[in-house]
Amino acid sequence: MKAKANALACCGALGFLLTACERPPVDTTQIGYRGLAMEQVTNPRIYAQIQAVNQPPEPLPPVEAAGPLAKDVYKNVQVLDDLTVPEFTRLMLAITQWVAPPDRSCAYCHEGADLASDALYTKVVSRRMIQMTRHINSDWKPHVADTGVTCFTCHRGNAVPANLWFADSGPVMESRFLGNRAAQNAPADSVGLASLPNDPNTPLLGEPSQDYIRVVSKTALPVDNRKSIKQTELTYGLMMDISQSLGVNCTYCHNSRSFAEWDGSTPKRAVAWHALRMVRDVNANYLTPLTQTFPRERLGPHGDVGKVNCATCHQGVPKPLNGVSMVHDYPALAGRAKAQ
Amino acid sequence: MAEYQNLFTRVQVRAPAYAGAPTTDGIWPRSGRGFFSHWLGKLGDAQVGPIYLGWTGLASLICGFIAIEIIGLNMWASVGWDPIQFVRQLPWLALEPPAPENGLHFPRLNEGGWWLMAGFFLTSSIILWWVRMYRRARALKLGTHVAWAFASAIWLYLVLGFIRPLLMGSWGEAVPFGIFPHLDWTAAFSIRYGNLFYNPFHMLSIAFLYGSTLLFAMHGATILAVSRYGGDREIEQIIDRGTAGERAALFWRWTMGFNATVESIHRWAWWFAVLCPLAGGIGILLTGTVVDNWYLWAVKHGVAPMYPHAFPPVADPATSPVTPP
Repeated sequence: MKAKANALACCGALGFLLTACERPPVDTTQIGYRGLAMEQVTNPRIYAQIQAVNQPPEPLPPVEAAGPLAKDVYKNVQVLDDLTVPEFTRLMLAITQWVAPPDRSCAYCHEGADLASDALYTKVVSRRMIQMTRHINSDWKPHVADTGVTCFTCHRGNAVPANLWFADSGPVMESRFLGNRAAQNAPADSVGLASLPNDPNTPLLGEPSQDYIRVVSKTALPVDNRKSIKQTELTYGLMMDISQSLGVNCTYCHNSRSFAEWDGSTPKRAVAWHALRMVRDVNANYLTPLTQTFPRERLGPHGDVGKVNCATCHQGVPKPLNGVSMVHDYPALAGRAKAQ
Repeated sequence: MAEYQNLFTRVQVRAPAYAGAPTTDGIWPRSGRGFFSHWLGKLGDAQVGPIYLGWTGLASLICGFIAIEIIGLNMWASVGWDPIQFVRQLPWLALEPPAPENGLHFPRLNEGGWWLMAGFFLTSSIILWWVRMYRRARALKLGTHVAWAFASAIWLYLVLGFIRPLLMGSWGEAVPFGIFPHLDWTAAFSIRYGNLFYNPFHMLSIAFLYGSTLLFAMHGATILAVSRYGGDREIEQIIDRGTAGERAALFWRWTMGFNATVESIHRWAWWFAVLCPLAGGIGILLTGTVVDNWYLWAVKHGVAPMYPHAFPPVADPATSPVTPP
């Protein structure tokens, strides 16, 4: 009787422990030459849920392009000066739908009746973000191709995109004498709850030209590569972040035999290479310069502006919005119209 | 013989506590007369003690205690002395070695100094325990096989935490003290040096590791299977082979054409176990000091085979003449 109760208790405990696991099915798809562990692992049930929340909204009805230019009709049109009034108005409506809180609508960026006023910081930020969107769509085609991005790619109806990052020096230390976490060894979401450095973004994605990511030697024998294990952990942390942001495993881009070798990597890796440079460009040239524009409550604990990484657009899927191009419906965001 | 199909000893034979063979060596006497524990008897011998601590044992325990205290108190301080968070986050917590910029200097306590101190005391503790093992074996007029097997594990430990960081010129190369952190360190180590699986000493180490488990399973199963003929009296079977030893030998000759002897199987097991950390330590020692990318090393020496491309070859975009904006 006692033995039976013990056995039952053990089974119960085992069952309880299993609740922490992901419920099957888990599908494995071979993507490379056999025997090399080149495969993608997906759970179709979870993947369907993620796909379902990554749907673009219905496009606004198209408008007749003809008409006077918006800059000639409205005051203070600095960026969208190549659009006609109907195109301009349609884009404003779309941005309101994509970004502004429903209860604020136009008033989220425009102060009172004077639509030309730059009094609200949100308007100043929006203008810069439109420039950024056009820059990405016209100059970063190696990453975004013709699919492009719109405000919705990041915002998804939120005034502030849900997936931004701020500089994070880890949990605050109470003692300066002992207990140094070395900005790692805390279960941080940014690195998939590993004990890797909590903030790989600041050193690797915050600066425009630094390339600390590559740690592996290009020669079999030591020559001059002094990259440390700790440096490697930063790269490793960033890769965990990319993997989570796209909902893929390492072999989506890398060959399991050698993470460093390009020969044998999948073509996706080159796309991601451009993405990392695009993200640095956006952070350094578009977001960080807005630091003084944002009010204090929009800044992070270290007073830095919210910045982008892979998750900002991808939000759990390999292609943002499952690869649907919204730019086709809003060509005004694809880049400046060619001069007539 | 259902008894032998259970992990736990089903029948405990009790005799008066045995004080052990008389020894002349040792300044300290054995302490205690020995007592019996039914629950320990489920797993091994029910008799506990008498024990011999000696000054090496005592010094080892003190050093080990200091090391664990330094590590544990640093971990606890890192969660603001919150006992609940200490337990919840324990697998993530660590005492990190100094930053790589520090080289081989002694840094401030909170920037790796504690790590060096913990490492010093832990190493002292382990080496003192090794001395104790060696001397206790000698005191009992035994061979020193156990001490040398332990020395093999100490070799790997010293390579990881002392010898290799010394050769690389940075304490930052060493392993952190922590559960997940040392595992993440291991993965990062393999990534940094181009996939440790292509390190032949790593391959050997794995072969001896898996080989050890295989030999242990084969030997344990064989002895349990012939214990009905007295085969569990292995020492006697070595010098006076009875039907148990004959049957065990014949069984393996029938099934795989060759058999170890009752003595040689223990040499096999000892060498497999010893060579696992010995080969592993050599592999770690060569990494970063002699070889910087094991994958490229393996390609160069024909160890890594080439496979057909499954996708169009990809070139490093950093070498492309077209520079991104």
